[in-house]
Amino acid sequence: MALDREDVRRIAELARLELSQGELTTLTSQLTQIVGYVEQLQAIETEGVVPLAHALELTNVFREDQLEPGLPRDAALSNAPKHDGAYFLVPAVLGD
Amino acid sequence: MAGIAQLDAIQLRQMLRSGQISSLELIDALLEQYAAWEPRVGAFLNFRPDQARDQARELDRRRAAGADPGLLAGLPVSIKDILCTVDYPTTCGSRILRDYRSPFDATVVARIRRAGGIVFGKTNLDEFAMGSSTENSALAVTRNPWNVAHVPGGSSGGAAASVSAGICPLAIGTDTGGSIRQPAAFCGISGLKPTYGRVSRFGLVAFASSLDQAGPMARSVQELALLLQTIAGHDPRDATSAPNDVPNYSASVDEPLPGLRIGVVRDHFDAGLDPEVDAAVRDAIRVFQSLGAKVHEIELPNSRRAIATYYVIAPCEASSNLARYDGVHYGHRSSDRSRDDESPHESTRESTRESPLARLYCRSRAAGLGNEVKRRIMLGTYALSSGYYEAYYLQAMRVRRLIRDELLAAFQTVDLIVGPTTPAPAYRLGDKSNDPLSMYLEDLYTVSANLAGMPALSIPCGLSRGGLPIGLQMQAAPFAEELLLRAGAMYQGATDWHPRRPAA
Repeated sequence: MALDREDVRRIAELARLELSQGELTTLTSQLTQIVGYVEQLQAIETEGVVPLAHALELTNVFREDQLEPGLPRDAALSNAPKHDGAYFLVPAVLGD
Repeated sequence: MAGIAQLDAIQLRQMLRSGQISSLELIDALLEQYAAWEPRVGAFLNFRPDQARDQARELDRRRAAGADPGLLAGLPVSIKDILCTVDYPTTCGSRILRDYRSPFDATVVARIRRAGGIVFGKTNLDEFAMGSSTENSALAVTRNPWNVAHVPGGSSGGAAASVSAGICPLAIGTDTGGSIRQPAAFCGISGLKPTYGRVSRFGLVAFASSLDQAGPMARSVQELALLLQTIAGHDPRDATSAPNDVPNYSASVDEPLPGLRIGVVRDHFDAGLDPEVDAAVRDAIRVFQSLGAKVHEIELPNSRRAIATYYVIAPCEASSNLARYDGVHYGHRSSDRSRDDESPHESTRESTRESPLARLYCRSRAAGLGNEVKRRIMLGTYALSSGYYEAYYLQAMRVRRLIRDELLAAFQTVDLIVGPTTPAPAYRLGDKSNDPLSMYLEDLYTVSANLAGMPALSIPCGLSRGGLPIGLQMQAAPFAEELLLRAGAMYQGATDWHPRRPAA
């Protein structure tokens, strides 16, 4: 299936990626090529096959509900581009 | 002491334990190798000789005081820069994490330190391990020690080059679709992708969580056994790590396996295979036959779809995992202001109705992530988006089960599947960097083991006329690492490809 620029623009919005006009052009043709390649999967008969999300298929991994030391706040904030010592800072989210 | 740098980790460990050499003497000998090779090869993103010497001195002091020197006894190990370390930055080869300092060690790194190992630098990789040549690193170029015009492979290209150049005897790589085995093959060393869950992923920065696995890289399988012994085992911090007991790999590795049944897949020898690789792999199969193995031709028709399956599942998982790079919690942050002169990227947003926070996300990610990473995020986002999820992601997971079941069935009749690791020896830098699909097709022989969660080993089995190494891939059933290593040792006992080193 061929993707057009509008498809790629919409995917970029979902992916929270700003793309230049040049990137949009390149990605439109590259994604069309790659999606065209993976479309061979559609031809495989998989009626009744249960999807395999995880090779080990481990389920229900439990542990004791015990309090353990977590990451201290200053360590958690230490890589943040902007923080006030207690919280991560972001631009205002609600309207002016 | 001359020649220390030429010895393997098994010999060095004996000498360290018996006090014949100190850890500091070893580090200093390897620092000479580093000085000779690193400017040409560029294996490392961060390397701190003083830190390594300090750690060596401390280990020597403890040993002198009578402490158990541990399994690694002062041996240095290079760490792929996608595993978290408290004493080095962890960049993942990405601009977005260029200055990231992890507040904790990955479990693999913690185990190495506990075993008396020394973290010997952080090695280069394709950004977030996405690639097969290390050319996708946003931070540095790594070259193949056998021929610096050629790629080292990837994504663990720095790790493979660090061992191949003799800068360190042991390295940790990670493998999501072949990223340990392919660079091991290109650089003429051995590398093992363990069974999914055999080694903890705690502190391994996630690319595709159901496929990622860390593993050992070294010259010989005995060295792989030693390093696997150190890092394998259940970790309460990784719910997907396997509770299975860890065998004593080092104790059994030199025991030959009688009556080995080897499966050979006809598809692996198709027209796409380089004739020199074809010849070297057939020679290797004959070596196994001379050691008593029986060869069975097998068919794996579903594996023909492995690349297509992989390039749906891996990007889907990546698009989800990499959503964490938002410019808020850590990593690069771009401006949220809507001034036109700040951004050349006006096309994909409608700036009038977009919030400053959304703008911050979109711009931070645009500036911090490289082309291959963006491509895979886009591909995964598309395949998971409304209306396409069933046709792409769910269908790929169904085919994944077919591939896994087919391999499990094959391992009912054979012990090993043996074939080439790569279709050809290392290509030249720049040859494939503008053609993503042809780069993806490089992973032809390796991705099935990741999709099926099974262990696979690559060992050197020849050199091309151009002087580039050729790798032999051996695959086995889940948790059959012991079998893989023993079979690898049989081959290396009968051949002399693995000790060869590139000309200085």
